[in-house]
Amino acid sequence: MTTPSATPSAIHDIGYRHYDGPRLGRAYILRSLFVQNLRAAYGLGRPAKAKALPFILFAFMLVPALGSIALVALSKEPRLLIRYSAYTIDLQILVAIFLATQSPVLASRELRSHVIPLYFSRPVGALDFVLAKFGAFTTALFVLLATPVTLLYAGALATRDPKAKSLLNARPGDTPSHVDSVGTHTLHYLGALTGCLLFALVLAALGLVIAAWTPRRGFGVAAVMAVYMLSSTIVLIVQGIATTQGHYEVAGWAGLFSVFNLIDIVQAKLLGATSTMDVPTSALAGPAAALLCAAIVAGALAILYTRFRKAGTS
Amino acid sequence: MPIITAQGLTMQYPRVRALDELSFAVEPGVVGLVGSNGAGKSTLIKILLGLLPPSSGQASVLGLDVARQGTRIRGRVGFMPEYECLPPDVSATEFVVHLSRMSGLPATAARERTADTLRHVGLYEERYRPIGEYSTGMRQRVKLAQALVHDPQLVFLDEPTNGLDPAGRDEMLGLIRRIYTDFGISVLVTSHLLGELERICDHIVIIDGGRLLRSQAVAAFTTTSGVLTVEVEQGADTLAEKLAAGGLQVRPEGRLLQVDIAGEQTYDLIRDGVADLGLCLIRLEQRRHHIEEVFTA
Repeated sequence: MTTPSATPSAIHDIGYRHYDGPRLGRAYILRSLFVQNLRAAYGLGRPAKAKALPFILFAFMLVPALGSIALVALSKEPRLLIRYSAYTIDLQILVAIFLATQSPVLASRELRSHVIPLYFSRPVGALDFVLAKFGAFTTALFVLLATPVTLLYAGALATRDPKAKSLLNARPGDTPSHVDSVGTHTLHYLGALTGCLLFALVLAALGLVIAAWTPRRGFGVAAVMAVYMLSSTIVLIVQGIATTQGHYEVAGWAGLFSVFNLIDIVQAKLLGATSTMDVPTSALAGPAAALLCAAIVAGALAILYTRFRKAGTS
Repeated sequence: MPIITAQGLTMQYPRVRALDELSFAVEPGVVGLVGSNGAGKSTLIKILLGLLPPSSGQASVLGLDVARQGTRIRGRVGFMPEYECLPPDVSATEFVVHLSRMSGLPATAARERTADTLRHVGLYEERYRPIGEYSTGMRQRVKLAQALVHDPQLVFLDEPTNGLDPAGRDEMLGLIRRIYTDFGISVLVTSHLLGELERICDHIVIIDGGRLLRSQAVAAFTTTSGVLTVEVEQGADTLAEKLAAGGLQVRPEGRLLQVDIAGEQTYDLIRDGVADLGLCLIRLEQRRHHIEEVFTA
């Protein structure tokens, strides 16, 4: 452990210099915290082992998009492109794994090593600390979700047959995103991006809260995964029963209790997307689902604030 | 101007009173805060950092009020906690750079200050390795570095010698003394061992059960006592007889002789006595009081 140069006498030789440069304020500290957490979410600045999983998952997220573009390019059949708004829902298991493995990195790694008091003994406020973490994880998730959708969009435009403009006058039964004009593609792409942002916000909120409750990393991963599996399975069962008994509206409303269904409802009712799942027909369903999303985010921020404030001052 | 003042500081938890009407003031320098475990040292530091509002009373740090100017205080002080507070999977450099940015240092300055500070606390090539591979002594140095990296005016060091072996303890104490003498940064250092603090502190505050026992400059405790300590290799007894015959007050204490100084001629008598008996003189020094004697007296 000791190197020959590490003799205490060597320390004396170098004089201490005071720092009289600038000390930047809250905005800079907040930005630095955000960047550090964003990097941590993808394992940057940590050993290679920590980078492996997020990057593998990120790569896996792109594969179906690339396949879909290739298929469209070969078949000249634009309708084979995966729907933008359905992409996250189709690949939800990958998203859930990313959420489960990376939430503890941001939420409980610093709790576990008791680093938090070192932040709060500096000019770092508990609210800024939580907002930076939440913002960073939301951004990390948004990058994960929006990149393949963007790839799909770019691929759709690149493989588009310029003569296919007649498709604008779509045949009956065509879903809007299958109509192959730049305008409709862009519209649906922007709607899907909004959906991705909503997914990122709600998933980040839930993931961080669950992981912050379970200081052990392994438990954190398991807890996030369990909440995802249980909620989606229970909703699926309830929807199955409701559908067989003809209660389609109940089946739709049940979707509020699973994150992916919840945001699917917002996408279908408010963002003009086509849903693959059960969605309530009521006009209230969209606003209700959006409100629930907002409540989840606000509640999560409040819980995280109390949790980290306690850890930082005790 | 005092760097820390406390006026009737009280911290009442539901079941215990951690601090009880604590009042003291200390000047710049190395200040030792001594008390047994649970005496209220860590609570006092949290209050001084402005992180814990006291139940009653006031305190100021660097002239800033802890209740209202906590953020400004935290921008100008450093804090080294007692407990383990380092992430295992990042390097010391990466960690300290990050925390210096949290104190508002721009990126380049943060890198430069980190390299300097880690060198000052005695971390060299190993600073690029993950902290998880460090020894206890190295971890303590990283903890110290993060408290110093933003060049604070005052650092709070909570039990910095905890868990260190005797050699590591001496090095850490030397380092703490240098923080004030060489770096010009005042220090509040806590310990439950009075003995180790008296060597490096200018001022000692002793608390017990949240109450102030004593707050005093170390110099006042350890002034010279008017007693000479004489140590000879052999023949202490014969020397004692000879000095006593010469009219000096001599008390043997183990292998040492304690001789009251009656005046200039006392030194001559001892010198001549040793020379006449042909003894080997090892030590002849003015005896200093130890703080512990004062408090146990």
